[in-house]
This record gives sequence, C-alpha cells and structure tokens, in this order.
Amino acid sequence: MRTKSRTRSIIIWTAVALVGAVSWGVVALVRGEQISAAWLIAAAVGSYAIAYRFYARFIAKKVLGVDRKRATPAERLEDDVDFQPTDRRVLFGHHFAAIAGAGPLVGPVLAAQMGYLPGTIWIVVGVIFAGAVQDMVTLFFSMRRDGKSLGQMARDEIGPVGGAAALIAVFSIMIILLAVLALVVVNALAQSPWGMFSIAMTIPIAFFMGFYMRVLRPGRVLETTAIGVSLLLLAIAAGGWVQESGGSVADFFTMDATTIAWCLMGYGFLASVLPVWMLLAPRDYLSTFMKIGTIMLLAIGILVTLPVMENEPVTKFASSGEGPVFAGALFPFVFITIACGALSGFHSLIASGTTPKMIESEPQVRFIGYGAMLMESFVAVMAIIAASIIDPGLYYAMNAPAAVVGDSVQSASQAVNGLGFAITPGELQAAATAVEEETLVARTGGAPTLAIGMSQIFSSATGEGLRAFWYHFAIMFEALFILTTVDAGTRVGRFMLQDTLGNVWKPIGRVSWKPGLWATSAIVVGAWGYFLYVGVTDPLGGINQLFPLFGIANQLLAAVALTVCTTLLIKSGRLKWAWVTGIPLAWDVAVTLTASYQKVFSDNPKLGFFAQRDTFKEALDAGEVLPPAKDASQMQAIVTNTTVDGILAALFALLIIVVILDASRIWIKAIRARAPLPTTEIPPEPATIVAPAGLFWTEEDRAMLAEAEAAAANGGRSGDGREREEAGAGRSSP
Amino acid sequence: MTLREAVSGVRWYLREVSGESAYDHYVEHLRRDHPDQPVMSRSDFERRRMRMRDEKPKARCC
Repeated sequence: MRTKSRTRSIIIWTAVALVGAVSWGVVALVRGEQISAAWLIAAAVGSYAIAYRFYARFIAKKVLGVDRKRATPAERLEDDVDFQPTDRRVLFGHHFAAIAGAGPLVGPVLAAQMGYLPGTIWIVVGVIFAGAVQDMVTLFFSMRRDGKSLGQMARDEIGPVGGAAALIAVFSIMIILLAVLALVVVNALAQSPWGMFSIAMTIPIAFFMGFYMRVLRPGRVLETTAIGVSLLLLAIAAGGWVQESGGSVADFFTMDATTIAWCLMGYGFLASVLPVWMLLAPRDYLSTFMKIGTIMLLAIGILVTLPVMENEPVTKFASSGEGPVFAGALFPFVFITIACGALSGFHSLIASGTTPKMIESEPQVRFIGYGAMLMESFVAVMAIIAASIIDPGLYYAMNAPAAVVGDSVQSASQAVNGLGFAITPGELQAAATAVEEETLVARTGGAPTLAIGMSQIFSSATGEGLRAFWYHFAIMFEALFILTTVDAGTRVGRFMLQDTLGNVWKPIGRVSWKPGLWATSAIVVGAWGYFLYVGVTDPLGGINQLFPLFGIANQLLAAVALTVCTTLLIKSGRLKWAWVTGIPLAWDVAVTLTASYQKVFSDNPKLGFFAQRDTFKEALDAGEVLPPAKDASQMQAIVTNTTVDGILAALFALLIIVVILDASRIWIKAIRARAPLPTTEIPPEPATIVAPAGLFWTEEDRAMLAEAEAAAANGGRSGDGREREEAGAGRSSP
Repeated sequence: MTLREAVSGVRWYLREVSGESAYDHYVEHLRRDHPDQPVMSRSDFERRRMRMRDEKPKARCC
C-alpha cells in the first residue's frame, strides 16, 4: 500500500517536473515566432508545484522545525480580539487579501520594457527562493513570539540601532509606496470623466454600506457587499453614460492630474480621521471582493483565450539601459521594478503581526506563508502576460513619459518609431477610441496598460462591444484597491507616528485625542502628498523618477526582514541552514545597493539623480532651458526633485548598511558562542488543536486526529465542525 | 461532492473569510471558555470590532 502510493507520487512529480521543464524550454528558447501565454503559465505553475512540494517542505521540516504538537499563540492566548485559531483556508484568504495589491500588477507591466523573459524568470525564481521564503520564515518566527512585529523583532534580536533603522525603513517605504500608488491612480484617471465618475461614486457607495452595516443590519457583511458590488457595476456603466452625455457633469469629472492629486490628498486625510466603519471598512470589503474576483476572472480569461505574446522575449533595453519607461540596465533594475511579485519587503509587515496570531497549527506556516506568496507571484505572471500581448508600439506610446512621446498621437508615433517600434498615429487614435478614452499617449504607471491588456483578453471572450466597459472595469478595480491601500496606509502611518511621538509627548499618542489625530494625519498625508504632487508635475515623468525609489524602498524592507530571519537562524544554533535566508539576503542587498549606487553616483543624467541635477543646475545658472522643461520654474523643479530623490536613494542604501553591520555583530557573537544565544522565543506548550498541515487532510493528519481523540475524549479539538465531519467521513484527499 | 455540499461549502467559506461569522465564533468561545460572562448583542459586538479596527489599523500591502 505504502510503496504503491509512493510510486504514484514519484510518477506524478516526475510528470510535473517534465511539464515545467519543457515549458521553460519553449519560453526561453523559441525565437522568431510568437509563443502562446499558456507556456508561461505552465512553466510558472509547474515550478510553483515543485517548489511548494519539496523546497517549502524542506524549509518547514528541517530548517524551521515546525512542530504540530506545539501550541500556537492563537491556541494559547485565545481571546475574541486578536488571537483566534482560524481555519487555514480562511486565514490563507485573509493573508492573501492583505499582501496582494497593485504592486504585482504594476511592476511587471513596467518591467515588460526589458521583454517578457527576464521578468517572468525573476517572478518565478525570485518567489521560490526569496519572496515566499521571506514570508514563511518571518511568519514562523513571529508566530514563535506571539505575533511580534518586524520592528520589535529587529530591536529584540539585533539591537536598538538595527531596530531604529528598521523603523525608519518601514515608515519611509510607507510614504513612498503611498505616493507612487496614488500616482498610478492619478495617471489612470486624468482627463477621463468615465474613470473619475466611477471612482468618485465609490465614496457614497461606501458610506451607504457603512451605515447599512452599522444601523440596519449589523455584521451582515455578505449581503452588504453584494449590494455594494451591484452599485459599483452600475457606477461603472453610469460612467460611460456620463462621458457620452458630454454635458456639465462630464465636464465636472474631467480633471487634470494636479486636481486629482489634491482630491486624493483630501480623501486620504478624510479616510484617516473618520471612524473606520464609515468609509474604510466598507471600502475594504468592496475592494477585497473586486480584487479576488478580478484576479480569478483574469486567470480564466487567459486560460480560455490563450493569447500570444507580441512583446519580444528580451528587448534591446535590457542591455542598453536606455529604456524609456525606466532608466537602467537589466541588473539591477528589472529586480527593483518587479519588486512585489517576486520579493516584497512589505509582506513581512503582514506576516509579522496579524496573521501569526491566527494560525491554528504550526505546520500551516508553509501553506499560508509560502502558498499565499506563490499565488501573488502568479498574479504578477498574469500581469506581465497582459502587458506583453498588446502591440509593443502601443505599449511604448503609453508607458514612455510625456517628455519622450510628447502629447499628440503624431509626436508619439514618431517617438515610438525612433525607439525602434512601429505604430501609426491612426492606430494610436483607434486604440484610444476603442476604449472610449481621449488619448492613450503617455498614460504611464502601468494601470492603463494592464487595463488595455485585460480588455483585450476579456473582449476577445465576450465580444468587441464590451471592450470599453472592460477597460474601465479594469481601471476601476485597480484604482479601488490602490485607494484602499492609500487610506489603510495613511492610517497605519499615522498610527506609527502617534506611537513614536507619544513617547515624547503623551497626549499625541492617545488615539482618541482629536487634535493629535488630525495633526499626525496631516503630517502623513503631507509627506506622501508632497511626493505625489512632485510626481504629477515632474517634467521628467513621475513614474520614471519615483518608481525606482519605490522599488528600492521595498527591497530595502525585504533586506531588513531577511536579516532578522538570518539572525534568528544563526542565534538559535542553525548556522548550517542560514543560507536559506542568507542567499536571498545577499542577492537582495547586491541588487538594492547597486541600484541605489547607480541612482546616486551614475554620471549618466538619465540614470543618476545627482548627474541629472548637475546638468539642469548648470543650465539654469547659465539661464538656459533644457527640454523637457519648458521654463525656468520647471528647471528649478527638476533641480529640487532630483536633489530630494538622490538624498532618499542614499538614505535607503545607508539604512541597509546599518542594519546589516549591526546584525553581523550578532552573527559573529553567535557563531563564537558555540551554543545557541538566548532569543525571545516563547517556551513550548503542548497543543490540543489538531488541524491538517496543508490544504487537504493527509493520512498523517488523520492519524494525529485519531490519536488526539483517543488520548482525550473531550480535550482535543479539531479545526472546526466541518473538518471533523470531513475527516471522520474518511473522504480521501487528492 | 453534491451540488448542495458545494454550495454550503462556498457559503461557509465566504461567511468565514468576510468576518460575517465572527459573532458566532465569539458566542461559541464565550459559552465554552467563559460561561459566566454575559454575551454581547450582535450590534454591540460589531461596534466593538470596528472600534478595535480604529485603534489598531492594519496595513494593506502594495
């Protein structure tokens, strides 16, 4: 019996490995003809399956030593607030909804300027060896410490200097992240009454849902969300009517980028000071539902229509570093740009804090930490597919900054031809008309490009007539959850600020003290608002300038998380396994420091912030105006922006170096000590909850359950009622 | 799996993941572990849950 299932397992996994390997072969080696997106999907999924089955299992069992007989914080400290043993499938949903956002959708779209191959390889290889490892290991160590945050772990395990650096890193990435995401929304909504109307309507819809759930039907989330989603779809359709009517309502919702930026700042402030039940919580329900729904729809769309890749596997910009979307060569900038889909430092904030307090059973860190990140990586693969199936000429016309493509279809067509791709002014106009937008020229930020790709996939399944609807559906979906990230992020930033300032002056730390609340909210909104405004008005193109900073900040946070993980492995006497997080750390540090170095010291004015600054400063002093600036004040703006950006890039690099140096002090100490150093791990207590380690019940899980039930007829608890029935009924697991 | 089981499974999942069933778990937890404590009404429970979200904001990732 055992050998039979073992043989079957070997056959299945050999088949999976073969499919993955053949698909990679096709993706990487076929030249001169277009390949189907199906090969990318098969290569990715095959690799994920192997990685999850073998590498993640090895990390869980050998490196971390997960112990199903050890009680998790959720079990030991169960209350009805934070610590709640939660079904693994439900927690997977929560965790995935918290980590997935616009990052894995936007980054790969921009990285498509290097071709689909480098991006896809990094999304898949990066997640397997870096991103998913970081998420799972952070989750594990935080779980063993009752859900401590990354900042606390850095302070406890490394020291006050490393801890402070980690805290600054967290706060500054938050600010840059919010600014860049808001910038993506602005670029998607500018001059588009359809998009602007639909997204504006989400505010009254959220208010309505909030009151409905508060007063009429407390806690009825599902029916409220169903009503909200119906209203939302209506708002998207109504946006089309508003735009077609062309009357004063349409004029009102036709806003330029600067106006939208100010509206977003006002909105962010409002969302941060209003109680969550009014605006934030209902929006969160809406955006989570839309997010999961649309991701599933996109997966089905790609699998049904199986589009072919129009983009080249590797473009010339990979080696020349002269790409119009963002400057710099493949190494390090493809890794900086993709960020979230492969390795996202931000996830370590979710993996330490909320999720570890809800895990039922230790082995589940693999399914939740590693598994959810694989899913996020799959979203990134779909995004790079969506960006690569559209005509490359259109891609560059949309994603190059206005400084390159100008503001008319003629100038854009010319510029695209200059880049070595082809699109006629007529084709560009037709593409905009097909989705009922004024223009698609220089619609940077990734969101409009993704929306074009998605509308192409969906309309090939549902008919051409719905193309404009699908485009605006995709825009709405991205804007909706970016805005949810913006208001949740503003709140978290405000909370961190209140917490820190509260150490200096008590009243400001009190969440209920209104003036403190307003002041700290205003500071946080002011900080990201500054970068948003700069990004919107930057003559060189905000995305081109700021996205690399966002990527660097995110990878910096990943370096902090991986340093904490590596430190903990070494301190707990697992030096021989330290490479598991040590190698991704070394890679991440190399990427991030190289990128910061080039951004600070490169003498190429397209790449280096200070070289850029010098060029424009000299010209300004000589009284000249250099394009793309149109006048002296724009020249001055470029000088100021590049100074700020350059200082930030240098600061990020400095933070990494401080954290690593401070940690290596501990590493040396721990290696010399010959015995594990004390850590803040909570001593073990026996578990009574028996729950399956993965998605399905295995023989091992059932044996544990039977053992537990025999041992304590009334003491043992299995996952929940449903599970007990399933397991008891002896349904075989696939 | 019959259609009925599938529908009830999906319903169970949505209720759990959306937090609609949080109140049920709270009542169950209180009855099991603290039978002496009074049970809050659904409205009070949901208000307290929202107040706690106010006080401890959770990040959404990029």
